[in-house]
Amino acid sequence: MAPKPQKRKISKRGKNKITLPVSEEAEPINMESMGHPEIYPLVLTTKTQEIFNCRVDEDITDEQPYKLIRKEDIFADFVNRAAVSDFYPVKKIIQEYPGDELLLVYDKDFRYGLNFYLIGTEEGKENYLNPLEVPEEQEEYKEHIPEDLYVYKPPVSKPWVSLGSEKEIDEETVKESTKQITYMISRKRSEFGAPIKFSDQNASSVKDAYIECTAYPDKNFTLKQLERDVGMQVVPQIKDISTQTRWTYPQNATTQYHPREFSEEEKKTLEQSKTLTDFLNNVSMSVEIALQQNEIMNVFIDDWKRLAEEEGTFGDKTDTHLKEYQSFTDLHSPTEKMITCVSWHPVIFGLIAVSVAVRLSFEERVHFSGKLLLQPSLILFWSFSDPIHPQLMLESPDDIFCFEFCPSDPNIIAGGCINGQIVMWDITTHADRIENIKVGGSRSKKVTLKPLFLLEPESNKEVMYIRHCAVSSIENGHRKVITDIHWLSDTFEINRLGSVFENRSGISCQLATCSADCTICFWDIRPQKALTPQPTEKKKEESIEIPFDVPSTFLHLDLSWKPFSKIRLSKGETTLDHCPTKISLSDDTLLYKEQDKAAAQDKAVKAGEARPYQNLEEGLANHLEPIDDFCTKFFVGTEEGEVIYTDWKMERDPETGRFMRTRLWAAEWRNVNSVIKDEMAFSTPTAKKPVSLYTVHDGAVHTVQRSPFYHDIILTVGGWNVAIWKEGVMTGPLLQSCCAPKRYTSGHWSLTRPGVFYIGREDGYLDIWDLLEKTHEPAQSQNICITMITCVKPWTFSAKQQFIAIADYFGTLHILEIPWTLSHPSTNEVSSIHYYFEREVKHLEYVEQRKKIREQEKKDMKLEIEKKKVKMHQKSKEQMEAELKMEYESYLELERNVLVNLGLIKVKETMSYVEMV
Amino acid sequence: MVNCLSDLFQAEVEETLKRIQSHKGVIGTMVVNAEGIPIRTTLDNSMTVQYAGLLHQLTMKARSTVRDIDPQNDLTFLRIRSKKHEIMVAPDKEYLLIVIQNPCE
Repeated sequence: MAPKPQKRKISKRGKNKITLPVSEEAEPINMESMGHPEIYPLVLTTKTQEIFNCRVDEDITDEQPYKLIRKEDIFADFVNRAAVSDFYPVKKIIQEYPGDELLLVYDKDFRYGLNFYLIGTEEGKENYLNPLEVPEEQEEYKEHIPEDLYVYKPPVSKPWVSLGSEKEIDEETVKESTKQITYMISRKRSEFGAPIKFSDQNASSVKDAYIECTAYPDKNFTLKQLERDVGMQVVPQIKDISTQTRWTYPQNATTQYHPREFSEEEKKTLEQSKTLTDFLNNVSMSVEIALQQNEIMNVFIDDWKRLAEEEGTFGDKTDTHLKEYQSFTDLHSPTEKMITCVSWHPVIFGLIAVSVAVRLSFEERVHFSGKLLLQPSLILFWSFSDPIHPQLMLESPDDIFCFEFCPSDPNIIAGGCINGQIVMWDITTHADRIENIKVGGSRSKKVTLKPLFLLEPESNKEVMYIRHCAVSSIENGHRKVITDIHWLSDTFEINRLGSVFENRSGISCQLATCSADCTICFWDIRPQKALTPQPTEKKKEESIEIPFDVPSTFLHLDLSWKPFSKIRLSKGETTLDHCPTKISLSDDTLLYKEQDKAAAQDKAVKAGEARPYQNLEEGLANHLEPIDDFCTKFFVGTEEGEVIYTDWKMERDPETGRFMRTRLWAAEWRNVNSVIKDEMAFSTPTAKKPVSLYTVHDGAVHTVQRSPFYHDIILTVGGWNVAIWKEGVMTGPLLQSCCAPKRYTSGHWSLTRPGVFYIGREDGYLDIWDLLEKTHEPAQSQNICITMITCVKPWTFSAKQQFIAIADYFGTLHILEIPWTLSHPSTNEVSSIHYYFEREVKHLEYVEQRKKIREQEKKDMKLEIEKKKVKMHQKSKEQMEAELKMEYESYLELERNVLVNLGLIKVKETMSYVEMV
Repeated sequence: MVNCLSDLFQAEVEETLKRIQSHKGVIGTMVVNAEGIPIRTTLDNSMTVQYAGLLHQLTMKARSTVRDIDPQNDLTFLRIRSKKHEIMVAPDKEYLLIVIQNPCE
């Protein structure tokens, strides 16, 4: 509703006239704007109030704030005061007013702006008067409530103040960026609502009915994938299955039982019963048939298998050459030395001990004796890992000619000296040095000699000189060079008389030596109870100071060691005795025999724990049991080339009552019968068992060795030939080779093949004999070095590796590898060779028999000749002359014919010759 | 009279067993009763007892096998060939004769 113009502001109130400059044209302002169009606010002056009796606080009170005023009064006022009247502004309303009385209300609060207001309509008046009570009540009510609480003020609109949010709103509002395209589609009206028919149509028939995007091969995507990086995992197929079982734990349950047996009586009664007899009669037939079948033929033999040789050869079968593996030379010795004896270390692989001696004859030794004293005589320990430096050097007072490792303890070494002493070493303290040697690192075939300053510092180990532990007594031992030394086995012991006892100590404690002074001595390394006190000697011992680094194992033996038994090899009545060079005892360990491993382990344990060599005294006190049936015979080879088979046991001689060693009576090979007769005449009554002597070799016998496979086959090598003997066969050697072109200087059986043995020659060749191949000459001959071979020793390390150590006269030790063919026996080789020896024995027996037959024949022949001679004399002289002439003529003819054939005489000449005659 | 007879029988037993033992390659002979208790043997006690017990059981088994297959049949002889030797067992109702032979040399 449009606000009335400003004229209405001037309000007409009450009856009191207000002298206000109001134009008549202006309409009175009513409170239409406030929702009360009948209310006309007026200002009444005090004068007006007095006139109309509506004085404030007198006529119009709070209880009655209105007054009814007559219209006539107001008109009278108009007449009286004209424009000054307060009612003048509302004059028009009053004139128009239909009623008689007008309501004038006092506006105390100036609600409508002025102090009085006039209600212009009858209805308004009525409303005011009537509902005056209600709104008054409401007003009163309203007035009461807001007195306690917040008075509600309706919000008054204020002009909006922009704080800048219009921009954000502008930004956030979505506005159309582009103008919207409007389409107008029109269609014919007739077509609206027409029925629609659908039909099928092939898209390809109609042109442009469809648009397709044909696929084409894009070059970018036609790459052939040549590499694929795919991860894979190989996983075994696993199945998890479980079952539930009742777990039973194992329990030890034993039963002890003994078998049911019959007592003797029951057995007897049963045996006597008829039923048993009948049973046996019935059954024995079939049993015997079965037994005979087996005896006739073994049906289960696979002949093909037996024929074939053993397969699985390692390496080339045709290779029979010994391959050189390594060689050792002592480069630091000032004088020229030769190797006298070689021995492989029994336990440690790749360790070999060599005894060296100066290469001088006896005269030269005497001549240079001063110089020789200064140089130590050594046993060198070589290892495969170091060809230039020996690992250990054992010192001895003089040159060693033979030595042997103790079989029970490889740290004990016994050696025989050139001066007749036995030297003992104990290298237990240095054992760790040699045990931890790495082998096989550098299998250099050539010995690379480097000057000392170029050697690597590692290999320049400080070489240990180990002094000997003990030497034997000089007066009581041998007088000349000890040519052979043997440890006796730890299974038996010998006492002074030569009887054999069992060995309780479990170690080898006795030695046997033979020397050039024609004696064989037996030594015991345990301390002997001194039978006669020798105080003077003891004093001497005390004065000798022993260096502190020498072990005291054999201190009791040092310089006082005596042999407990001596055998003199004497040749009957003459003073010339046999000079033994080598002995072969019957107890040498058989390599072929399967050793009882348990027993060997026990022995080793015992030896390791108890250190028996430290407590040697313990073994003496025990009473030992004698061993019966022990073969106390042994073979000896001598310097003259004889082989002696003798006995060390002394027997009580019944006639003289003395203990005498058995004397020899010789049965020389050449003149068997005659010599036996001679010796029988010579032999004294004290001779007991016959002992044999054979002269087979033309030079000194340097090898007497039992075969490792047969305990009664002995190989002897000496001079220019070889002989194989069988113990017990007295007639002669089984095999005796013919003279070789060169002298044989050393020999050894092969350790794995029963028919093979190696012989070293003086020109540096090694002859390999194979009895299965040839028995009259060596199967192979190979050059090893340029000088005489002094010692040959093969050794087996494993089934595939076998080495042979060959020592020569110039002091070099050559190690060669034995090829497969020489180290592996063929099937049944043992039995074949055994059979061969058996044949040879039979052959010898046959020869013996044939000899007898031959002698018989000889005798017969002699008789025949005698008879013939007698007949011949009966012929006449004339006849003989005639016969002679005939013979002469036939001879002449023969001569002529021969000369003609030779073309020396022409035919003419022959004719003339004949005519002349 | 009875004594003589029993002696005779014993002599026969001895003779038969000796004859069998003297065959080439025979290691041992033994006579075992039906329960496996040895009566007469040439081997040592422990081996005898072992052989007797084991072979008795084996013979019983073999016999029962043969009879199971054919009840009219019966075991007459059992030969066991092993690597080292051959064991021959001759069974009877009451006794068992066991011979061990080494067929090849």
